[in-house]
Formats: sequence, structure tokens, C-alpha cells
Amino acid sequence: MGYEIKQNGDSRSFPAGDAFLADSIPGADIVLHLGTPLETDASKAAVLVELDTECLGVHTGEDSGREGSNVVGFARYRNGNDAPSPLIEMVRQPETLQTAIEAAKTMFEAAGFTVVVCSDQVGRIVDRLVRPKYNDALRFLDEGLARADDMDLICKMGLGYRDGPIERAVRGDLARHFDVSNARYRATGQIAYVPARRAAVAKMREDK
Amino acid sequence: MSNEIKTVAICGAGGNMGAGIAIVAARAGFRTLAYDLSDTALARAYDQSAGFFAKSVARGKMTEEERDAALARLENTSDLNDLAQADLVIEAVFEQLDIKQNLFATLNEICPEHTIFASNTSTLSITEIASGCGREDRVVGMHFCLPAQMMKLIEMTAGINTSPETYAAASEFTKRAGQIPLQTKDKPGFVLNALLVPFNNDVIRAIEDDLATPEDIDTALKVALGYKMGPCDLLDLIGLDTQVRLCEAFYPTTNDARAATPPLLRRMVAAGRLGRKSGRGFFDYNTDKMFGG
Repeated sequence: MGYEIKQNGDSRSFPAGDAFLADSIPGADIVLHLGTPLETDASKAAVLVELDTECLGVHTGEDSGREGSNVVGFARYRNGNDAPSPLIEMVRQPETLQTAIEAAKTMFEAAGFTVVVCSDQVGRIVDRLVRPKYNDALRFLDEGLARADDMDLICKMGLGYRDGPIERAVRGDLARHFDVSNARYRATGQIAYVPARRAAVAKMREDK
Repeated sequence: MSNEIKTVAICGAGGNMGAGIAIVAARAGFRTLAYDLSDTALARAYDQSAGFFAKSVARGKMTEEERDAALARLENTSDLNDLAQADLVIEAVFEQLDIKQNLFATLNEICPEHTIFASNTSTLSITEIASGCGREDRVVGMHFCLPAQMMKLIEMTAGINTSPETYAAASEFTKRAGQIPLQTKDKPGFVLNALLVPFNNDVIRAIEDDLATPEDIDTALKVALGYKMGPCDLLDLIGLDTQVRLCEAFYPTTNDARAATPPLLRRMVAAGRLGRKSGRGFFDYNTDKMFGG
């Protein structure tokens, strides 16, 4: 199934030169908004909105749990400025049309991505689950629980991780970690998402 | 001091972790006393160890002579008094503070002065385990990872009263056993479980919140982060009842809300969905169907 891309500015999911951008077909039955304002169109199979740290509801509005249409949120997971991963997190609302989810999923999978579906929560799946772990690891570092290299090695050897939490958070940019974690903290008030001191320092230095 | 360690005793050697540690010690050339209350469990563990060594021979990782020598170094006993021969005792018994404290206090009366006591605890404080045993300076944390016979990592931890000589000797033992010791502080869960127990609970709460299906959560973390195993699959492997016990050991010592047992976890255990061991957890191992979603 073909797709049309409407883009304004950089996309975190599909950086300039990404092969996915080249296959945009004007007038296709699926529309992707990359930084452009949402234009609803019920005649389309699916209208997709690229998300950053915000919820899909910010773009569509909400209706006491009855929201949902052919508009689907999505983001391609990316650790900071690392190259984007093959994972597409698609975001549904309570009444999102199953046909829209299936159409979008089929389109992404045909383009070689792995697709998962989640509800409309800040951080989606990956950031909701990993950001507290990065905050913990950064706090442990401050508390002298273990050296950074040892902590990473413990996770790699003990859990089979490809990289450790400290190296991953640092490589992904601690200021970016601050933004992502803080967005979920503001949305939920859960202290696990309060950015660790080292992330706050990085953010302050970025803002200087 | 490290050269004095020739005989190693494993308490709880009838369990998976204890049996794995016994394999590590026997394989590395130490005379190994495998202690457990249950002779049946010890016999089963010995058979499993023999099977493991047979596979190692088949894979070219050890010769038949090395296998025979390792098995000859592995001695089962259900008499705690036999541990009087040990230079190092590693306990891998039930994860409960009073059980470990009582064991070390009893062993203090049995073992010679030089014997070092090591705890394989994954969540409890080494200082608290050592407290009152009578040789607090000769107690150290030595946390192996499952399966111990395969995993090289050991989290090494000194308690407040652990002497530098004890820590050094225990650390040297792990190196001679072919392991990689990494130092952590005496904090609940050390590094591994301090990160993993709350993370796994977060995953369970995300499922309870209808964030996504267990399958999609596992897929997301494997594809995005390169995890070899998704957290739901890992929880099913660990056992959901084990995760409850980890929470119950971890939460009271940390007061970390993320370490508290998630309600869904309790309900699943009550429903008999313990993971792979019961055939059903987040995933169904008989039909490949998934729980939740």
C-alpha cells in the first residue's frame, strides 16, 4: 500500500536521506505527517502523525475515552541521535479504527520495519520502560554503587544486553534523556521519571 | 590467603543455583562439598551436573579425564558437620534473612577459624546476613548469575565488617574458578537486581495498564535495544512466584514503590500462572497463546 509524506522540518524517525522518504506518492491512501499540522481526512485508509514526547491526543483532541478515528500516531525508536532503529511504535486511541491500524502496520512492515502497537501514553513502550532504568543507573553512579564501566559490564554479562545503561544514556545524549524522562514525569508525576542529576546537568549545559 | 582455599562447600546445592555453583567450583579444581537438606535433591543435582559435564565433553570444552576428575571432586552431603572441612562456604539457600543468618551462625560453630562465608544473596544486605554470626569480618557477598555454570559474572560485595583480606581471598577464588568478579556496594539488589526487579515490575504494570500486549512489549525491547530476551519471556523463565519473592525481599529494604509486588503479578501467581515451570505465564507454552492484551 502506497503512502504520501507531508513534511515540515527534520523528522526523528526518518532523517534526511532515509530511503523511506523517497517512496512518497502524492494522493496515496495513507498520509504521514512529519512535522506538519494534522489534516483529518476520513476518506483515507489511515492518517499517521509522527510523535516525539507528546501524546497523540495533543494532535487529535480527546473525548473522555471515546476518542479515535483513522488517525494513528507513530514514532520510530531512536536512542538520542543514534541511527534510528527498525522499530516503529504505533499509537492507538480507545476508538481508533482497527482498519487504520492494520493499513498502517502493513505499510510499515512492507517497508521493512518491525511494528508494535501501544495505547496513547507518554513515552510509549520503550521510553516508558527504559528511562527509569537509566535514571537509576545514573543515580547509582553518583552513589558510588559501582563504576560506570562495571555497571555496564554487569548488565551486559548478567542480562545479555548489547550495551549498558550508562553508555547507552550517555551515547543517546543525557540532555535528550532529560527531555524524554521529564516529559513523562510531568505527565504522570511518578518520581522514577525525575531526571537524574547528571541528566539535569547536561540539560543545563545545553541551555547555557 | 587465597592459596588456602582448596575445599569449597555449597549450601543449597540441591537447587539450580547451588548446583551451578558446585559445577563452577568442581570444574575449576576445587574439592567441592555439595550440601543440602534433601538427599533426593542432591542426587538429582549430581545427575544434572554429570549431564552438563557430558555435554561439555561432547562440545569439546573438556576432556573425558577432566570430566571424571571434576565429578570425583563433587561430594554430596546432607550432614552440615561435614562442612568443617571447607575453606570457603558459599550459601545459596532460600532468600530469607533469618534462614541465612541462622545458617552462618551454625556454621560458625562447625567451621575452623579461617573459613570464609560467602552469600549468593541477590537482594539482601551482606552486613545484615553476617550480623551476629560470630565472624562478620569473614563474610562476603558473591552473587552468581543464573545459570551459574554458564555465566561468568559475579557481583562481589563487602559488608561493613568484611576485612580486606577476606574480600581479596574471595575475589581471588572467583578468578581461579574462571569467573569475572565485579565490585559493588552492599546495597539491596547490588547492581543487577536493583535495576532488574523494578524494571520487570514496570513491565508488569504496563501490561496491567493496557499499554501493549506482552508480545509487543517483548518485541519492542528486543528490536529497539537489542535485548536477547524480552522481559515477559524472561519473567516466565525466572518464574512469576520467584519475582514475587524478589519483590518481598527487595521492597521492605528499599521502600521503593517500583519494587513492590504489582497486583497483576499476585493475581497471576494465584491463578497458577507461574511461567514456564507451570506451562503458562505471560505466554502459554502449550499453545503459544499469550496472556493479557
